[in-house]
Amino acid sequence: MRTALLLLSLAGLCLCAPAQAQDRPHVFRNATLYPISEEPIEQGVLVVEGGTIQAVGPAGSVDVPAGAVEHDVAGKEIMPGLVDTHSHIGEVGGGDGSAAMHPDARTIDAINVRHPSLNRARAGGITTVQLISGSGHLMSGQTTYLKLREGGTVSELSACEEKPVEDCGGMKMANGTNPQRASGAFPGTRARAAAMAREQFVAAQEYRRKKEQADDPSEAPDRNLRMEGLIDVLEGRRTVHFHTHRHDDILTAIRLSEEFGFDLVLHHVSEGWKVADEIAEADVPASIIVLDSPGGKHEADELVYRTGRVLEEAGVDVAYHTDDPITDSRLFLRSPAFGVRAGMSRAAALESVTLAGARMLGLEDEVGSLEEGKDADFIVLSGDPLSVYTKIEQTWVEGTPVFDRSDPDDREFATGGYRVYDGAAQHVHE
Amino acid sequence: MSTSRLRPRCLSVLLAALLLWGGLPTASAQPQRAVRADTLYTMTGDPIENGVVLIENETIAAVGPASEVDVPASAEVHKASVVTPGLIDPRGTVGLSGIYNVPADQDQLDTSEPMQPALRALDAYNPREQLVSFVQQLGFTTVHTGHAPGALISGQTATFSTAGTTVEASLRDSITTVAFTLGPDAQARFESPGTRAKGVAMLRQALHDAQAAMDGGEPEGGDLGQDVLQDVLRGEVPALITAHRAHDIQTALRLQEEFGFDLILDGAAEAYLMTEEIAEADVPVILHPTMARPSGTTQNAAFTTAGVLHDAGVPVAIQTGWEPYVPKTRIALYEAAIAMAHGLPREAALASITREAAEILGLESVGTVAPGQRADLALFDGDPFEYTTHVCTVLSGGEVVSDECK
Repeated sequence: MRTALLLLSLAGLCLCAPAQAQDRPHVFRNATLYPISEEPIEQGVLVVEGGTIQAVGPAGSVDVPAGAVEHDVAGKEIMPGLVDTHSHIGEVGGGDGSAAMHPDARTIDAINVRHPSLNRARAGGITTVQLISGSGHLMSGQTTYLKLREGGTVSELSACEEKPVEDCGGMKMANGTNPQRASGAFPGTRARAAAMAREQFVAAQEYRRKKEQADDPSEAPDRNLRMEGLIDVLEGRRTVHFHTHRHDDILTAIRLSEEFGFDLVLHHVSEGWKVADEIAEADVPASIIVLDSPGGKHEADELVYRTGRVLEEAGVDVAYHTDDPITDSRLFLRSPAFGVRAGMSRAAALESVTLAGARMLGLEDEVGSLEEGKDADFIVLSGDPLSVYTKIEQTWVEGTPVFDRSDPDDREFATGGYRVYDGAAQHVHE
Repeated sequence: MSTSRLRPRCLSVLLAALLLWGGLPTASAQPQRAVRADTLYTMTGDPIENGVVLIENETIAAVGPASEVDVPASAEVHKASVVTPGLIDPRGTVGLSGIYNVPADQDQLDTSEPMQPALRALDAYNPREQLVSFVQQLGFTTVHTGHAPGALISGQTATFSTAGTTVEASLRDSITTVAFTLGPDAQARFESPGTRAKGVAMLRQALHDAQAAMDGGEPEGGDLGQDVLQDVLRGEVPALITAHRAHDIQTALRLQEEFGFDLILDGAAEAYLMTEEIAEADVPVILHPTMARPSGTTQNAAFTTAGVLHDAGVPVAIQTGWEPYVPKTRIALYEAAIAMAHGLPREAALASITREAAEILGLESVGTVAPGQRADLALFDGDPFEYTTHVCTVLSGGEVVSDECK
């Protein structure tokens, strides 16, 4: 990769003086394109320039700017960069054991963007990702939406252009058995868990009321970061990403969202197949996981391959996520393939790892499909995205390659090997 | 591998003989079932296009192209795109580590002592465990399962058919291996060993003690664990040594050289650094799940290792291993698929969970489709390795044990 980037930048210097290499237009010809927003295009043409997609269409229908870097990708398939709505790469962490709810804990203060797990994700074609803290708390903290462009700081990887990185994310909540602990600060039962969450939201409503009613700042309550985090949720600035497995826990999450009016995305949703109509009725999207076998705990003992199909048929917006390291970022495309195996439509399966995920992160105007004006995030595949034989050959973010399988240093991130995932320093692409 | 203790195979032969003598009219020498395959992987030679398998009672009666094998009109006929031998999970803990992952269903590792060769897998295997049915529906008719890595000697392993609701009915081989672990994974749960060197010293002492007792003519039966170690020292039961890091693999080879037992390397995440030594020592490898997470002692695992070992002539099977969390059991077919996609030739990938697995484990009646073999078959609606292919029918001992596309 370093070599490739160096060559690219040398070429840029030689050919067009001040312009950066990624500022030259690139045209990809002869591949099968999966725009997601429309039907696949055989022998398609994709034009990217200045970090965005300039044109997508069948050969002959697309104007290609002069001076474009030509890529003949005959026999390849191109789809949008993958969107992973739930990942623990980058050593992400949230709150500690002192409380069950940490609306003040920000994952941006924990993420290590130089960790090699980010390169594993790039090798897996993931270009947009929600880094999310764990499920051992009712509320483990504020999540972060990142773009996996090259960069050495969390700000450089922010997925939000319009707001600072500290506001670029949602809020992680969980119910079921993971947040239950034998400790006074944590719930011991499901009812207690729901009561604790409700108490906090009620307190936040009261805090907000006092703040709004204060005639001057001296009357306002002292600034409370925990309450501020919850107000972000109550006022729709943060979507709640809710870890939940069992059918009744899924409905509890929906009930909380309706009581307090927050935006909700269900995560994991292992028994979603039992309450698909209720999820559809509530108009709540589901980011699901598929595992090779059920179990690991009681509440996941009825996790099945067909959840994606059942939710699709019920009209629920469905995404898959990796939950890396629970499933491996390099093999993210296995998940929608397993969905198809169990009857999900191919179109919904491909959308589930791209545009559907983008919608769940509120980033659907920027990423998730190959459409003019969107970020030039895409992957070049050796064949059918849902085949075991297919390799991700290149991953591009905003018109710049961040993974190239033909480069041995990059390929190691896709295959593993001796000390490949040791400290990130030697692998930073800068 | 061991036939010196329980003799389940003899029992089932007896049972079959009794049925025959019982004069059941259907138990005549007439195939009751036939399987037609667009592609039949016998694993004894090239795949047969348009192949036929005839099944008589529990065993395979005939195998060949449709042009050469007559199917009796009375036989029930199954058709499939691809047929393989019933799949073998070469090394897992299914049946001992249950779906709920709570103490009541986790019997794969006792941590009261670091060396417990006396622990029998058959005393812990639950043939009604949901995950056993789960892997059966995905084509697995045989599981080599038992004590997990995690102690210097965690106990014995055994081999079971996934059919049968009692241990006796499922058991194929009562002591397939004795499971050893080297390196940090053998230290985490014990006060001692606390280091690699101490762990190996403890193992060597135990093996020397067993050897001395054997040489001194002490009768068997006094010490159950020592009896089993003597089986290992006599070459009657192989040592299955889990070693992931390259220097732990070296230690396993060194122990094998010192004590002369039959060695199967287990896990072996860094085997690609030791390929020549492993090939030279003529030791087979039951490799870690291809998708094992790259952390802890498997931090340096690679998708390409199975292919590298195969190219070096090392016999390779691909295991499901033991997972502390999820997936609570892996699926060896999926693990072999990823190895195949990363350099293991197609036939070798299929062999890694059929014929090669059987050969490494000393299982003679499974792993191939040939006359006289147990009639275990997996019927697929497409390429067995493809993500979107289903396993539609599973036969175990000539009986349909699953008949729904999974």
